[in-house]
Amino acid sequence: MTKIQTLPAAAEDQSSKPSKSPRRRESPGNLAFSRNARIKGLIKHAILILVGGIMIYPLLWMVVSSLRPNDLIFREPGLWLNNLEMSNYTDGWSALTHPFGHYMINSAIVVLGSIVGNLISCSMAAYAFARLQFSGKKLFFGIMLLTIMLPFHVVIVPQYILFSQIGWVNTFWPLIVPKLLATDAFFVFLMVQFIRGIPKELDEAARIDGAGHPRIFLRVILPLMVPALATTTIFTFIWTWNDFFGALIYLTDPDMFTVPVALRAFVDSQSATSWGSLFAMSIVSLFPVFLVFLFGQRFLIKGIATTGIK
Amino acid sequence: MSAIGELSTMTRRKGPMTKEEKKANGRDNKAAYVFLLPWLIGLVVITVGPMLMSLYLSFTDYNLLQPPQWVGIDNFVRMFGDARLHNSLRVTFTYVLVGVPLQLAVALVIALVLDKGLRGLPFYRSIFYLPSLLGGSVAVAILWKQIFGTTGLVNQVLAMIGIQGPGWISDPNTALGSIILLHVWTFGSPMIIFLAGLRQIPNMYYEAAEVDGATTLQKFWRITLPMLSPIIFFNLVLQIIGSFQSFTQAFIVSGGNGGPSDSTMFFTLYLYQKGFGQFDMGYASAMAWFLLVIIGVFTAINFIASKYWVFYDD
Repeated sequence: MTKIQTLPAAAEDQSSKPSKSPRRRESPGNLAFSRNARIKGLIKHAILILVGGIMIYPLLWMVVSSLRPNDLIFREPGLWLNNLEMSNYTDGWSALTHPFGHYMINSAIVVLGSIVGNLISCSMAAYAFARLQFSGKKLFFGIMLLTIMLPFHVVIVPQYILFSQIGWVNTFWPLIVPKLLATDAFFVFLMVQFIRGIPKELDEAARIDGAGHPRIFLRVILPLMVPALATTTIFTFIWTWNDFFGALIYLTDPDMFTVPVALRAFVDSQSATSWGSLFAMSIVSLFPVFLVFLFGQRFLIKGIATTGIK
Repeated sequence: MSAIGELSTMTRRKGPMTKEEKKANGRDNKAAYVFLLPWLIGLVVITVGPMLMSLYLSFTDYNLLQPPQWVGIDNFVRMFGDARLHNSLRVTFTYVLVGVPLQLAVALVIALVLDKGLRGLPFYRSIFYLPSLLGGSVAVAILWKQIFGTTGLVNQVLAMIGIQGPGWISDPNTALGSIILLHVWTFGSPMIIFLAGLRQIPNMYYEAAEVDGATTLQKFWRITLPMLSPIIFFNLVLQIIGSFQSFTQAFIVSGGNGGPSDSTMFFTLYLYQKGFGQFDMGYASAMAWFLLVIIGVFTAINFIASKYWVFYDD
């Protein structure tokens, strides 16, 4: 695993040209061999479709169940729908103190703040680590890498005390401010890796033209690191949207609930009685993540292949 | 290079700075610290400060209302005699030691099946990766709770072949297993790292082995596995660190109380209950430091053991 560009590029290229595998090319004309290879391929596809089907089945079943009347959910393992039952969605939407849209807006605010925070602060830190020489660089870089692996439980109690003492409990600040301070070190590392792959000659040329570091950063580096910024945006979106622990601790007022805590409140308030609407709201809560997944897949795969972010 | 790889080379490479490095030093100090400012503030205020504070609190009795009372090592002594904590350790260790290897094994097998020449690779990759993205969400934990419920999907399917399944998550014997299965289900992200690693293995090795008449199994043991060992190591370290911190799934599936009969009481869930349920902040801090030590020990063992099985090409 070397530079950020080489590794995923290799992965992408070879996967998009499946027929050019050198191992396949070795047996031209050998009919017995190619028939063998075809059977092997079929077996592989069968395995993959089976495993993939099992993987996806629970999710599909949840979608279908959200469109079924409650009493059928407990009797139907299949995916057939006789008629669409939209009432789960309308019931679920207004089952809590606020309509579900209220919690989605809360989540959107936290997500947006976190994205802006991560993009600005992580890219700045990454520029320093990747391009600038300064005393203590190695030490700081090592510390930064270590913080990636630090369990957040070690800091969560004092952080809670800190934020509660400045009156930030039941505000979005405890969820956003740490991102403004580049505490998601994963992204700093991801961006460092990316900047290292950008030719140094580019910023040297800019420096000869009289540009200072802020200018080089804004005009040369940032425009070139759009893929890394996109990866950061997408992962921040998904993680923040799904973040339960932080929201559980800091947001206790139903008015401030984000989607995960609202869903949990939903479980507590209705539990066994209305699985249909609970599933319906679960689908609603997963929908933005699914959309981001659809459009951001390429970046997600690259990000994960290079730095191992979840 | 991965974060873990980088860290291990940093500790390996010691020695005086080169002249060039010395000359360069100090040149950009001012600019560098300006760029690093948000991160530095975060490091002090959000990370290191709270770490020191939590170390201090771990030696105190503190409930947020009264000022912290110094109690020395009482919290740690208390942990020795806390049967629920011991149980939570057992649950967490089971989860990590069963769930992580199982998940990585599945990830590796699927990555191997998804090899270079396969048609529809992007499609399969997406299908397998999607659960990784959703797995940590409350919605999926809710889904799991229902799938493994007494009348849930699993038992509906079992009933079709005439088997009366247990109430998976209401039975202490199977509840943790259901959550481990949820973890295995999210094998997509290590799978993608494996896929990227497999791409890095030069084809000439396989070609040479084929000339020598090696079987598929031999090629796997002699080429794929050694060449992939750094990636396996990386995934292992990462997954172990992450799994020790699992919380959402256990919280939702068990309704927040680690039930039935504490069989899903993860260490982090117990920590949450102590700290944010009972506001026993001193004890929760001691637990957090204990968790840090456990993770540190596991990671250290991993690094030491890696010398014997991780193969570096260079």
